[in-house]
Amino acid sequence: MFDVIIVGAGIVGVSIARELSRYDLKCLVIEKSSDIANGSTKANSGILHAGYDAKEGTLKAKFNVLGSQMYEEICKELDVPYKRNGSLVLAFDDEDTKQIETLYERGLKNGVKELSIIDKNTLLSLEPNLQENVVGALYAKTAAIVSPFELAIALAENANENGVEFMLNTKVDKIYKEKDHFVIETNKGAFKSNYIVNAAGLFSDEINDMLGGEKFRIIPRRGEYCLFDKSSGNLVTRTIFQPPSKKGKGILVAPTVHGNLFVGPNAREIDIRDDVSTSREGIEEIIRGANRSVKNLNLRDIITSFAGVRATPSTGDFVINIPTKNAVNAAGIESPGLTAAPAIAPYVVSLLENQGLKLYKKANFINKRKNTKLFINMTEDEKRNALSVNSLYGRIICRCEHITEGDIVNAIKRPLGARTVDGVKKRVRAGMGRCQGGFCMPRVVEILSRELNVPMTEILKSEEGSYILTGRTK
Amino acid sequence: MERDLVIIGGGPAGLAAAIEAKKNGIDDILILERDKRLGGILQQCIHNGFGLHVFKEQLTGPEYAQRFIDEVEALGIDYKLETMVLHLSKDKRITALNPKDGLIEIKAKAIILAMGCRERTRGALNIPGSRPAGIFTAGSAQRFVNMEGYMVGKKVVILGSGDIGLIMARRMTLEGAEVKMVVEIMPYSTGLKRNIVQCLEDFDIPLLFNHTVTKIHGKHRVEGVTIARVNENKRPIEGTEKFVECDTLLLSVGLIPENELSREADIDINPITNGAYVSELMETSVEGIFACGNVVHVHDLVDYVTMESYLAGYGAAKYIKGERIKWEKIFKTIAMKGIRYVVPNFICPQNIREEVNFYMRVNDVYKNVYLVVRDKKGVIYKIKKNHVSPGEMERIKLSKEILQRVDEELVFELKEVEE
Ligand SMILES: Cc1cc2nc3c(=O)[nH]c(=O)nc-3n(C[C@H](O)[C@H](O)[C@H](O)COP(=O)(O)OP(=O)(O)OC[C@H]3O[C@@H](n4cnc5c(N)ncnc54)[C@H](O)[C@@H]3O)c2cc1C
Repeated sequence: MFDVIIVGAGIVGVSIARELSRYDLKCLVIEKSSDIANGSTKANSGILHAGYDAKEGTLKAKFNVLGSQMYEEICKELDVPYKRNGSLVLAFDDEDTKQIETLYERGLKNGVKELSIIDKNTLLSLEPNLQENVVGALYAKTAAIVSPFELAIALAENANENGVEFMLNTKVDKIYKEKDHFVIETNKGAFKSNYIVNAAGLFSDEINDMLGGEKFRIIPRRGEYCLFDKSSGNLVTRTIFQPPSKKGKGILVAPTVHGNLFVGPNAREIDIRDDVSTSREGIEEIIRGANRSVKNLNLRDIITSFAGVRATPSTGDFVINIPTKNAVNAAGIESPGLTAAPAIAPYVVSLLENQGLKLYKKANFINKRKNTKLFINMTEDEKRNALSVNSLYGRIICRCEHITEGDIVNAIKRPLGARTVDGVKKRVRAGMGRCQGGFCMPRVVEILSRELNVPMTEILKSEEGSYILTGRTK
Repeated sequence: MERDLVIIGGGPAGLAAAIEAKKNGIDDILILERDKRLGGILQQCIHNGFGLHVFKEQLTGPEYAQRFIDEVEALGIDYKLETMVLHLSKDKRITALNPKDGLIEIKAKAIILAMGCRERTRGALNIPGSRPAGIFTAGSAQRFVNMEGYMVGKKVVILGSGDIGLIMARRMTLEGAEVKMVVEIMPYSTGLKRNIVQCLEDFDIPLLFNHTVTKIHGKHRVEGVTIARVNENKRPIEGTEKFVECDTLLLSVGLIPENELSREADIDINPITNGAYVSELMETSVEGIFACGNVVHVHDLVDYVTMESYLAGYGAAKYIKGERIKWEKIFKTIAMKGIRYVVPNFICPQNIREEVNFYMRVNDVYKNVYLVVRDKKGVIYKIKKNHVSPGEMERIKLSKEILQRVDEELVFELKEVEE
């Protein structure tokens, strides 16, 4: 019997898990995918929005501003990259200028700090690669960037170090009440708990239905991206937005915390919720869009394209409520959900507490993760030390990102460690570089096979069915 | 650590360069190789076809490499394996890493870059669709099959008719896979003619020109690809799409010289070859740093790599001994009509050994043309070619004597044969 079961190990589920791990509770996270952060949390813009977008009074606005203030500290505790690079919403004409003034006003009402409107000259001196026809911009100094999946994995690891259990490859099919507790049926058997949290992202309406909550629907909207090589990484230093229009929020041009550049996303409603395929038209659309903001975009530097799906709720705002007694929805968390997650988490915990969950602070809560530094990020002294205890740090496996075998073995051995090629990639970036795993993938398969002590043929790229090898040669 | 000559890369280029430098009087040589053994990409090329020019016989990749490895051993040339160079600076300082010595700092008198190239991937092509398992570069599939002994799929489509792709078509077929087709976006193959015959035609594997893969299907593992015919601008033609069921897509869509280190050292890179601009002795724009093999431009025959690399080894030896003449009177080579690029890019006639081999690729398929070399004054050399193709590198040898008389620039171009 668990005190709390959380459905979904995206940024929302793991933020709640870590928050609950501060207390003396028996918690379980159930995730249908093979790894943490394989849903919306895997493929998004990774931007910690300042908070001028959402209408005042909405949950989006409230948690966005709060969350954005909490992240710097959290990233420090978990030793994950965080960069306050600031964001700009460009204006190209009078219409746009009115738009950014509206955003500015809204930002002030939402409590966003360090917000200003800047003129063309200031703008171009900050970002010389913008198109010349810009007329000004809204500048939000508090906007930041993170690596969303690294962040979610770090939160999950830390929750796990503090006692939260995780079941991966486990899909919730049915939930019912038995006496005063829930029974949660999955492909891996049934689990019981007193409280339940729905953080199932794109499928959170289905879980809400299982819980008998007031109806809402998730409208899946896909966004496509192109990722550029690090040699394009300093085309811009701030996150560049376009003014919102009837057609949508526009296309972003932004640096990543690891020094790459990306452009995207567009927005298309799709039929299949987890269809993350890209399309030719989509890619052309985002490149066209990006060229409106910046000049000198070097298409030869594109190293990959990908897509993510937004869990847009039919209600228009985050669905954070009580679907049935002893349950909490944290559903329909679309953008700015990544930013909002650390603020949503304590709120969800308070909703559980209001319903009777007893919270006793753990004396021995560990708020820091250990042993997480990549070789490449170490100081010279740290490098020499690391090498003297573990010679695997001396062998580079991913040439593009300079990731060593020591780093990869760490990624496998850490709490909730990597079990798949994509799991290694998400944790330590092997295969994220310009050759996209062309060189290191076979070696990563070998290392996984050796460390997990399973045959090479059983190593998967990601989900069940994503086998890489089909057998031995003759 | 201080060294006279450090060679980055222990493939055919690095090995040949080391041997030649040694023979020219340089004793303090160190080869740095990131793999577990010397030989580079050749170690996974277990088919025949290497060495026709250099040894006048047909060798497999590993056999060809072994001849050079043996010679390196016999000459007592020093090398470090599993050693990855992390940084290279203009003043010839190298930072490298390996499991045995940890971090290594070396200051070299001269450096030869012989890092080879890497395969272009799906991302660089931006093929739309899903992102399942079952998409491999031909080289990584080759590594799994030839070196590790694992099969990567059962029903295979190959995109790109580069040599590695062609050879993998045969290899996968022999291993029992069904290779459904090779799809090539160009109207011609970028692979060698003999590979098309021996690897495709002999096994009845269709080769579709002017076609490309427009979409990848399959959620977890590849379930198929959509192929389509392309127009002159290489854009898919609507209505010509066809679904091909397969579980594997191999990509043989070209190689990119691996010049991240060269860029770090501020070496000028030719945007057409993606390799360094080099001189008659294979010296780059940074004095004392030489380059040879696929890191300069992608070759289709290892024999040419070897010859080019001997020259780099000779050049580096001259440089270290202070015998390499400072470039005073130099002229440039220029690729014009029909020629995409020429290597080397600048020539200092005083430094030429006996002759210079000019390597070049044409930009399209041409029939009945003259390959012409001229300077300001007029035609210096001319040869008739019945058929030239971007897939096959052309080579022209000019003697020191001729080159000493060149006026200002050396232009390479194609001229139609008048009937
Ligand atoms: C294109 C795009 C761009 C974005 N950009 C930004 C941005 O820049 N800044 C920002 O703040 N936000 C952004 N967002 C929003 C942000 O990504 C999301 O708000 C956030 O990731 C949502 O997290 P989540 O945990 O709710 O959902 P998810 O990450 O989708 O997690 C839900 C998890 O539940 C699991 N699950 C579902 N059903 C079941 C079941 N039955 N049993 C077990 N497990 C189940 C899923 O497998 C999944 O892992 C963007 C989103 C997209 C798509």
